[in-house]
Amino acid sequence: MRHWNGRRAALALLLLALLVLCAVTAAGCLLGEQAMVTDFSRKNLSPCGAFLFGTDWMGRDMLARTLTGLSLSIRIGLLTAGVSAVLALVLGLASALGGWVDSVVSWCIDLVMGIPHILLVMLISLAFGKGFVGVVAGVALSHWPSLARVIRGEVLQLKGATYVRTAEKLGVSRLQIARRHFLPHLLPQFLTGLVLQFPHAILHEASVTFLGFGLSSEQPAIGVILSESMNYLTTGKWWLAVFPGLSLVLVVVLFAAMGEQLRKLLDPASVHR
Amino acid sequence: MKHRLTFTGKKLIRMLLLLLGVSLAAFLLMSASPLDPLQTNVGQAALGTMSQEQIAKLEDYWGVNDPPAQRYLGWLGDFVRGDMGTSLLYRQPVSQVIGQRLQNSLWLMVFAWVISGVLGLTLGVIAGANRGGLADKLIRGYCLLISSTPAFWLALLLLMIFGVWLGWLPIGLSVPIGVDAASVTLADRLYHAILPALTLSITGVANIALHTREKMADIMEQDYILLARARGESHRSIVLRHGLRNVALPAITLQFASISEIFGGSVLVEQVFSYPGLGQAAVNAGLGGDLPLLLGITVVSAALVFGGNLIADLLYGVVDPKIRRGVAKL
Repeated sequence: MRHWNGRRAALALLLLALLVLCAVTAAGCLLGEQAMVTDFSRKNLSPCGAFLFGTDWMGRDMLARTLTGLSLSIRIGLLTAGVSAVLALVLGLASALGGWVDSVVSWCIDLVMGIPHILLVMLISLAFGKGFVGVVAGVALSHWPSLARVIRGEVLQLKGATYVRTAEKLGVSRLQIARRHFLPHLLPQFLTGLVLQFPHAILHEASVTFLGFGLSSEQPAIGVILSESMNYLTTGKWWLAVFPGLSLVLVVVLFAAMGEQLRKLLDPASVHR
Repeated sequence: MKHRLTFTGKKLIRMLLLLLGVSLAAFLLMSASPLDPLQTNVGQAALGTMSQEQIAKLEDYWGVNDPPAQRYLGWLGDFVRGDMGTSLLYRQPVSQVIGQRLQNSLWLMVFAWVISGVLGLTLGVIAGANRGGLADKLIRGYCLLISSTPAFWLALLLLMIFGVWLGWLPIGLSVPIGVDAASVTLADRLYHAILPALTLSITGVANIALHTREKMADIMEQDYILLARARGESHRSIVLRHGLRNVALPAITLQFASISEIFGGSVLVEQVFSYPGLGQAAVNAGLGGDLPLLLGITVVSAALVFGGNLIADLLYGVVDPKIRRGVAKL
C-alpha cells in the first residue's frame, strides 16, 4: 500500500466496501427460506461450528436470520436514502427561485428538524399504517432536511457567484445555467450526501422497527430480532443480541466508510492529500 | 440593545409559528393513520361482544366521529388555555403525565447533555488540533464506530454486561421493585439512572466531537494561526487562545442542536431499560393510539428543541463581540 496514493487507496476501499455489501445483500436474498425454518430439536444452541451465530428458541438459524435481516435493511436503506436525497435536491434547487418559495422551503426544513427524528419517523410510520410501507415512508420523508439545507446553501452561494451573474447578463437561458454551472457543482455534494444518508436510514429503520413501529414481527428484520432477544437476555442467551447487532454495526460502518471515501474522491480541495 | 431586542422578538415569533406548524403536522399525520383507537385498546374480540350503544359511547369518548378540522381547532383552543386534553391510556390529564415523565427523563437528558457536551468538545478540540496524529486517529475511529452503532443495541450490550453478567447495576425501571414509593431514596433513583444516562452520553459524544474536530481543523489552517506560530507561540497556547475562542460559536450551536438527538436517543434507551420517562410514554402512546398524549409529547419536545436553538442564538450575542455590538448582521 505504501506506493499507492490517497486516491487509489480510497478507490480500492470504496470498491471493497461495495463488494462486501453486495455479497451480504445477495446472501440474505438466497437464505430467505432458510431463515424461516423452525426445528425444535436444535433450539437455544449457543454458537458452534454448524450454527455460527447460534439458534433461537424456535431453533431458527441466527446466521441466516441475521443475513436476511441485513439484506432487507440494506434494500430499505437504498430505497429510502434515494427518495430522501432526491427530495432534498428538488427542494434545495427550488430555493434558487428565491422569494416566498425559498422562505417556505427553509421554514419546512426548520419545522422537520424541530421534531426529534425518531418521533417524526414514528409519526409518519403510524400515518401510513406501520409495516413495510410505514417504515419506508417514515425514513424517506424525514431524512431530507440536512441535505436540503446543504444544497440550499450551495445554491444560494452559486447564485451570487460572479460567473453565474456574468452568464445571466450575457443572456444565457436559465436552463443552460442550471445545466452548465449548477449541476457540475452540485453533483458531488449530492452523491456524497446520498451515500452518507444510507447509514442514518438503516439505523433509523432498525430503531423504529425495534420500537414496534416498523416491519411486522414475522419478518426477520434486525430490529425484530433484537427486540425479541430482549426477552431472553436475563436467561443468558447473549448470542441472540450480540451477533445480529454487531453485524448491523459492521454494515453501517461500511456504508459510512464508503461515503467518506467517495467524499475524498469527489472533493477537489482534498485531491492532493 | 434595541437591536438585540428586536432580534429576540423576531426569533420568538418564528419559534411560535414553527410550533404551530409542528402541532398541525403531527395532528394531520395522526388523523391520517388507519389506527383505530377502539380496536387497539378494546381488542377485536371484546369489540365483537359489545352492543351498538356501548360502541357508540366509546367512539364518542375517543372522538372518532368528529371531523379533523374541528378536532384540531378544539385541541388548539384548549392548548392555548393550558389544557392539553386527557391521556386515553393513563386516564390522567396529558400535562400531568408529561410533567411526571419529563421529571424522570430530565435526570437522564441533562446528565447526558452535559457529559456529551464537555467530553465531545474536549475530544473534538484535541483531535482537530492534532490532525493526522495518533490522538486524532483514535478519537475519530471511536466516534465513527459509535455513530454507526444503534443506541438501543449499545443499551442492550451495557445491560447485558453490567446488569446480567456482573450484576452491578439494575436491569431496568427507575426505582427498586416492591418498595413503597415514599421510601425510595435519591440514591435509588440515581442508581437506576446510571446505565441509561451512560448509554445516552456515550452516543451523544460522537456527533459533537466529530463536528468540533472538523471546525477545529479548519481553524488550525487559518492565517492567524500561521502568524501566531511564526511569532513563536507554543502549540498549547495557540489551541487555548486562538482555537478555543474561534470554536466557541460552532460549539454552542452543536451543543444546543444536540437536544433533539438526545431526546431521540432517550426514546430508544428508555424502551430498553423500561425507564418510565417521556420517551417510553411516546412509544406507548404511539402503539396504543393515544392521540392527545402523543400530540402533547411531540409539541413539548419540539418546544425543547426550538427553545434550545433560541438560547444558542441569544448566546451568540454574549460570546461574540461583533454580534454584541450589532456590527455583524445575522
